[in-house]
Amino acid sequence: MSDPIQVRVAAVRTVSPKIREFTLEAVSGQLFSFSPGSHVVVTMKGTNAEGKAKVWKNAYSLVSDGFDASRYVIAVRLQDESRGGSVFMHTQVKEGDTLEITPPSNLFAPVWSAKKHVLIAGGVGITPFMSYLPEMKRRGAATEMHYSYRGDATGAYREELQVDEQTPVTFYDGAAGERCDLKAVLGSQPLGTHFYVCGPESLIEGVQETAMELGLPSSNIHFEAFAAPQPGQPFAVQLEGSGLNIQVSEDESLLEALERSGVEVPNLCRGGVCGQCRTQVVDGEPEHRDSFLSDTEKADNDCLMPCVSRARSSSLTLSI
Amino acid sequence: MRIAPTKIETFRDDFTYTNSPFAIERFPFPFPEDDYSYSVNIEPHTLPGKADSVYEHLLDIDEHYLSEMRERGLVLKENPKRCIAMPHMDLACWDMIDRCMTSMAVDYPDWFKLEKDGDQWHWQNLLLNIDDRFTFGDSSTLPMPPMEYMGRQVQGDIALLDQREGDLFLDAGIVTCPADWSLAFDAGMSFSEWHGPVPMAHEMGVFDRALKYLCAIQVDRPVRRLNWTLTINARMDTSPETYPNWGHERTSVTPENVGEKVHLRVELQMLDRMPRSNALMFSIRTYLISFEDLCTNPDWARRMHRVMKTLPEPLIEYKGLSRYHPLLVEWLSKYDVPN
Ligand code: HEM
Ligand code: FES
Repeated sequence: MSDPIQVRVAAVRTVSPKIREFTLEAVSGQLFSFSPGSHVVVTMKGTNAEGKAKVWKNAYSLVSDGFDASRYVIAVRLQDESRGGSVFMHTQVKEGDTLEITPPSNLFAPVWSAKKHVLIAGGVGITPFMSYLPEMKRRGAATEMHYSYRGDATGAYREELQVDEQTPVTFYDGAAGERCDLKAVLGSQPLGTHFYVCGPESLIEGVQETAMELGLPSSNIHFEAFAAPQPGQPFAVQLEGSGLNIQVSEDESLLEALERSGVEVPNLCRGGVCGQCRTQVVDGEPEHRDSFLSDTEKADNDCLMPCVSRARSSSLTLSI
Repeated sequence: MRIAPTKIETFRDDFTYTNSPFAIERFPFPFPEDDYSYSVNIEPHTLPGKADSVYEHLLDIDEHYLSEMRERGLVLKENPKRCIAMPHMDLACWDMIDRCMTSMAVDYPDWFKLEKDGDQWHWQNLLLNIDDRFTFGDSSTLPMPPMEYMGRQVQGDIALLDQREGDLFLDAGIVTCPADWSLAFDAGMSFSEWHGPVPMAHEMGVFDRALKYLCAIQVDRPVRRLNWTLTINARMDTSPETYPNWGHERTSVTPENVGEKVHLRVELQMLDRMPRSNALMFSIRTYLISFEDLCTNPDWARRMHRVMKTLPEPLIEYKGLSRYHPLLVEWLSKYDVPN
């Protein structure tokens, strides 16, 4: 894992009823340039509902231009069913505060050899595309965007997007009953077009199903399915290697519980896609929530991705 | 102390290449054990490494710099196809320029200087008498395409891998000293495609695991590994394109000339994430040492014998050693006498 970077919150701004934007600057030294679609993981140290000290780590897409290494900008949606991270960002973080972030990494990069890029965003799913656009423009790459949101909650950056004539954007306000006709959008593109989807699961599934119906190759469909770890039943963990016994509460992930107990597990995405955190299961039945392991690997139940996955049984024994 | 590169040696015809005692001492001997097989031998390239070692800096510039840059010029003149960059790799090339120039200016301030004023850059390579001003990111402001421009100033071959679909694609590079592979042939291929000819490793799962690891490399967290083969004479350019020039030299090895003819060829391979493009830079820095010089170190000589003696047959064949392998083991045996 890369060393964390200390950043100062230089500005906080509301960009839609439920989305806040944070501008971050390095406390010392320089930030790294980054590639379109990159994210950082923000460490938030706060207290939970019972007043106990609690650390959250959430991944957020960078919405600024990757060429500008003087600052990073992230946008955070207040989640309805929040595990606390987004509540913390919305209610606790002020200008001048210090936060800890990882260096950027990228699990959602554009395919540069594509003939054309079609960006399909839903709600806060607009965020990874904000860093696509400046680079698409520099390259003169053929790009179009379809952006669905609910005007009473999301819909950030609409003004910025409207004035950009190189990238035509079509807006759909769900609160006003407008809907994106995926069949029309996907069906009218030239050969060699790549599609990028970021948004709620229903949108991603809609695009996948439509693409399948139209016979588009699945290798041309890309999606950012950051499963932010969802809460679940508490469970107990025994660690065979280190002999520790750990209790995982309902509002923390297994990975967070391990880290809290001083057990380091390699990790990168913290969202069940990169494969870094794979851990061997000796006993107990995991509840797999990742998109990294294959179906057969999941059925074998002898390993799991602790960043998102939990236990179906009341306890798990891990080899570490 | 690092020696300033002043000499000009040849890697062809009269082969005047030699290593100083300093270069011999710091040679990256690639065998941690008495037997050798393929493995996922990748480790963090933690900087700075041990002072004066080949691992001290991101890119190792040594006494052979001028000679290798001259040799690269000769190869490119004979065959411009040794440098390829697909159009979508332009940004990756500029990432590479940034990474190379910035690190070289910091690591070797007496030899390279870089001033940045926004996107207006001023680069001085005092070893090659280059003094250029250009606009960062604008290829039209360089005297030649960005891959060739930087490649002519960095020791070792370079490939830039585009990362997509969880795989790596060889979409740009400058390769003038390959260990028997061709950039023009491999261009555009995926990780497992260009590794197609390698025996045993696919079945061992080496490449599947390596690829997963490589795709997760983060910015400012370079990694490295060593690869090796043997080369007859101190020839840098052992490419399929020039096979007629060097293939027959394998038959020229005799018990009398092993020490001077046979060279251990070690590639220090470094992989580094490019920040703006998400490409990976793969630098292949080649070190050559004659068996004569290698065997001045008794530990290396003994181990070399054991490694050669137990080398799996498919590797002997793949690395092109079949012809002189028995002779070599016999020659090395005098350094491995039981006491
Ligand atoms: C991503 C950057 C890499 C590039 C561009 C690259 C390229 C190549 C090429 C062109 C060959 C020659 C294949 C032939 O015979 O035509 C080769 C051989 C090989 N590569 Fe890689 N490689 C890369 C990374 C790696 C990594 C990370 C490993 C780690 C296990 C690896 C392991 C090997 C091995 C074991 C061989 C056979 C070498 C020998 O025995 O002489 N490569 N590579
Ligand atoms: S950290 Fe990426 S899969 Fe768990």
